[in-house]
Amino acid sequence: MSTTPESSNPSSSSNGPSGQDGSGAGSEPVLLSLRGISKNFGPVQAIQGVNLDVPVGQVTALIGDNGAGKSVLIKTISGIWEPSGGHIYWKGDEIHVHTPRNATDLGIATVYQDLALCDNLDIVQNMYLGREETKFAMLDEIKMELATNQLLRDLSVSTVKSVRQLVASLSGGQRQAIAVARAVMRESQLVIMDEPTAALGVSQTAQVLQLIRTLSSRGMAVLVISHNLNDVFTVADRIAVMHLGALCSEGPASNYDTASAVELITTGHSSRVPSTLTPSS
Amino acid sequence: MSEDLSIPGPNSIGLLVKRMRQGDSGMLPVLVGLLLLVIYFQIRNAAFLSSGNLVNLFVQATIFILLGMAEIWLLLLGEIDLSIGITSVLGGAVTVILVDPQFNVSWFLALPAGVLVVTAIGALYGLIVVRLKVPSFIVTLAGFLAFQGVLIYLVDAQGTGGTIPVHEKVLYNLVYGYLTPLWTWILIVAGVAFLGYRMIRMDVSRRSSGLATDPLSFVIGKVALLLAAGIILAMVFNANRGTFVPLSGMPFAIPVDLGVLSFGTLILTKTKAGRYIYAIGGNTEAARRAGVRVERYRLLAFCLAGLTGGVGGLLYVSNLNGVNDGPPSTLTLYAIAAAVIGGTSLFGGRGKMIHAVVGGIIIATIYNGMALLSMSASTQYIVTGVVLLAAVTVDAIARRRSATS
Repeated sequence: MSTTPESSNPSSSSNGPSGQDGSGAGSEPVLLSLRGISKNFGPVQAIQGVNLDVPVGQVTALIGDNGAGKSVLIKTISGIWEPSGGHIYWKGDEIHVHTPRNATDLGIATVYQDLALCDNLDIVQNMYLGREETKFAMLDEIKMELATNQLLRDLSVSTVKSVRQLVASLSGGQRQAIAVARAVMRESQLVIMDEPTAALGVSQTAQVLQLIRTLSSRGMAVLVISHNLNDVFTVADRIAVMHLGALCSEGPASNYDTASAVELITTGHSSRVPSTLTPSS
Repeated sequence: MSEDLSIPGPNSIGLLVKRMRQGDSGMLPVLVGLLLLVIYFQIRNAAFLSSGNLVNLFVQATIFILLGMAEIWLLLLGEIDLSIGITSVLGGAVTVILVDPQFNVSWFLALPAGVLVVTAIGALYGLIVVRLKVPSFIVTLAGFLAFQGVLIYLVDAQGTGGTIPVHEKVLYNLVYGYLTPLWTWILIVAGVAFLGYRMIRMDVSRRSSGLATDPLSFVIGKVALLLAAGIILAMVFNANRGTFVPLSGMPFAIPVDLGVLSFGTLILTKTKAGRYIYAIGGNTEAARRAGVRVERYRLLAFCLAGLTGGVGGLLYVSNLNGVNDGPPSTLTLYAIAAAVIGGTSLFGGRGKMIHAVVGGIIIATIYNGMALLSMSASTQYIVTGVVLLAAVTVDAIARRRSATS
């Protein structure tokens, strides 16, 4: 049931993405590489031929119009379903992610738009749901509570009064923060977020963006979907634009401005952005 | 940030008031309601609070409590069992038939067999609900009809005219046997000491880990309250309540109830299984994505509901001193009412085993008090209905306030 790295030896990864860097992802080593990923649902082609590199310690923003295939792409990475074609490389080794559990075990944590928190449980209980600490088969509440306090402090989440309050009583920003904290709790190396600021007010959005920066400064790769270009330009190091199921542009955030991003989102090409697409192998 | 974690509040009463304002009133409104009922019945009939009547009331409550706890396993998931009143009695009937002289099976085997039958029915419901995705409301409604038929067939097949009496001593003694006064004291003191120790120990270890705790006076107050309740209960059980011969001590049914209560509470609050049952009831999809094997734990809850109901069935046939082919159809509804009056939500994710105890005692109080005042069955049904509605309404208002604050 576990993932099956086909080439366990990193040196044999020459048939994978061509080299760890220099493939358009800047100087940081690449954590996750997609090559020619496609997904179809019956006759409907949702995404096709997507090549994308997600580097370590950087925030990659995935933008695009509704139906452009952003969510399909991240669900493919997260193991909700398997791709119809193409290859996924994790640190240079090809992997096959069959289930969400496979992805989690690799270190890929996904925060979905609906956050998937249990309102009737408190923060600690939500943080540890599915992986509780136990002592003699009994829940070790004190250990879990201490660790939760520590983690929230590390991530500079300071707005929650008590980690024993029910999630139902939290604000939207706090809930997002808890969902993110839970995602990164288990040694995650890649955090994927689907519209983390969509339902938030101004100050809460700022908190979540700060949290995203904190994650990347701690050396995690972050892949974030957003509709809000302000947020994207505030937080992203790299930008990838999807249009009609294909990746139409990718590169450092400095290559783009709001006008060119809008142009890419709506038409799929822009004369003002240098083409930095990773060539298909 | 650790400074922010401590709950402000000058004293325990201030804390209590604060929690009530936030809608986290717990069972306080229900307990106040119970107190009002008790005062009313005591004024109308001075025999209500006599030791004999109170023991009688507790024994009447045991069946509502056990079946209520059975429902809570399912209500926590947002499921329901509309047949527990029939299936539990069916299990009891199997035991009665097995210990009957014609089969003469030892109680040692017959009692577990009865419980096992109800557990198996619970497992069957669980499989149908989980695998075939049929709503539990319908599955157990069908079970209510079908197993009523099975019960009638089973009882009538014995050829004793629709009623089978209990001749076996252990089954009879479940309700009609008593601990000696000394053992009553030992049991209650041990129970209070254990719970008090757990509470203080929890508080101490939280303090030493630097975690937020309630004020010390709050913890001491709770332990003192527990001790007082234990002493009063022991005195009630140990007072002589016999009319012709001296009679005192705790009926066996009470420790049976307490045992099931402890078991259920332990599972729900201290184990992964309990945590997952709450999580599934709160947000099934979130639990699934967190890696919880949702199907497995839903099935487990159905089995535990059957197990708990099975014990209730034994007490039912023991109390009735036999079984007939027509158990009251209100038994299931009282079970659900006991859970809901105590504060368990019908929509899943919220509830505790102790809720069934409080709810069961309230129902038994109404039942017992009305009978003492020679009120008609019609009045009793109406009052129970009003209390149920009042309890749920108070709870709903409290919760709405907490949601909007």
